[in-house]
This record gives sequence, structure tokens and C-alpha cells, in this order.
Amino acid sequence: MDEVFRALADASRRALLDRLHARNGQTLNELCDGLAMTRQAVTKHLGILEEANLVTTLRHGREKLHYLNPVPIHQIGERWIRKFERGKLTALSELKRQLEKRDE
Amino acid sequence: MSKPDFIYTTYIETTPEKLWLALTDGDFTERYWFGHRVASAWEIGSPYRFAKQDKTTIAGKVLAFEPPKRLSYTWDNQKPDLKHERSSRVTFDIEPRGKVVKLTVTHDNLDEGGKTFSDISGGWPMVLASLKSLLETGQPLPPMSSPAA
Repeated sequence: MDEVFRALADASRRALLDRLHARNGQTLNELCDGLAMTRQAVTKHLGILEEANLVTTLRHGREKLHYLNPVPIHQIGERWIRKFERGKLTALSELKRQLEKRDE
Repeated sequence: MSKPDFIYTTYIETTPEKLWLALTDGDFTERYWFGHRVASAWEIGSPYRFAKQDKTTIAGKVLAFEPPKRLSYTWDNQKPDLKHERSSRVTFDIEPRGKVVKLTVTHDNLDEGGKTFSDISGGWPMVLASLKSLLETGQPLPPMSSPAA
């Protein structure tokens, strides 16, 4: 669990997870596209995310694809959330999301 | 071959044989899969189904059965609003890694943007976290209450 928190304690790595959340199964090139990070930095961050089991990779033909693996995050959530709290917490996060949504 | 839609991995302190039983035994799945019992003759080509309180929820046929390494089946959600969606495929790969076992779940051939697609992105992490909890502690995770609760 320590390595999951360490991996998440970095804005660049969270940004990479956001990109995979938006579109799963990307190559390194796709992930680098439009990011203000060097390829080396992205590779290093992906290695840390994979080590923490937050990213799973798959060889697909000649490509290496990266997938978001939210299972460890789910386990962290389960550790401190009790059954009866979940509905209220979901409602609260939805409220926060709606209130903070900016007009596009 | 199109690329898989979802791949989930978890490392569980157990043996490949116990994990295999957990995936293929109805008494076991009922405990961590939030009440869903699996049943099948478990031969390649034979049908299988998941049922909750005797109501079939998921059905399909067995594509691969290689204990205790690889299990694969087609996935047809039986909910009325999902019946029209095409059959997808689920594969479980089990690999021993020292004192733990690595479980990889691959779900592919989904209708992108379909309802099954969005159901799954929330469903598998819950099921896998509960499976890990049951095998490691003897206790599954409590079921999700609906967001409206």
C-alpha cells in the first residue's frame, strides 16, 4: 500500500492516470503526445505506476499498451469506508463535482 | 484482433488452486461476487451462468479451461436493456509469483460506449477487491449500496 500512495503523490503521475482513465490502452507515444514531459520522464513515471500496480501493460502485436488498474485504489477506499457511508459519500462527491463544474 | 478494453490485475496471497476454485465454484463466487453464483459443467464449449437468487444475470459459454492457469468465457449480460449488446469475452490468467499469485482479468470485444462497457469499468475493481479480501482474510467486502441510498 505504501507504494500506491507514493505513486499517487505526484501530479505528473496522476495526470498520466487521468489520460488512461479518459482513454484506456495507450502506447507510450500516445501518452507522451501533448504532454510537457520528456519521453524519458513519462517512461520513468509509468514504471513507478506499474510497480505500484496502478498501471498494467500488455504486448499487443508490436505495441506495448498501458491500462489503468484501479483495483489498488478500490482497496484503499474499502479500508476506511464503511458500508453505510458509501451512499452519502457518493452523493457528496457528486454534489462537489456539480458545484465545481465550470461553464465551458 | 482489436485491443482489449479493460485489463485488471491484482496480487493475492493464496495458491493458484484456491484461486481457481474461487473463480469456478458457485459457493465461493456467491461470497465475494455479491451474491452471484456461477454454475457450469466447465468444459470447453459448455454453457455457464451466474445467478443471483436463482435469476440468471450473466451467461455465456466456456472458451478456455486450463486449471489452474487460464479460464475464459463469453459474457452476455442478461439484463433486458443489455440483451441487444454483442457478446464480449472475459479471460482470467493466473500466474504464481513467489508467495503471491498474480491474477489478470482481461475483458474485450465490448461495445464501446455501451451500457455493459460502463457497468464493467466500475464492477471488476469491486469484485477483485472482494475476492482478494476473501482469500486473504476469510471475509469478503460488504456489498455496494446504491448511490441513491
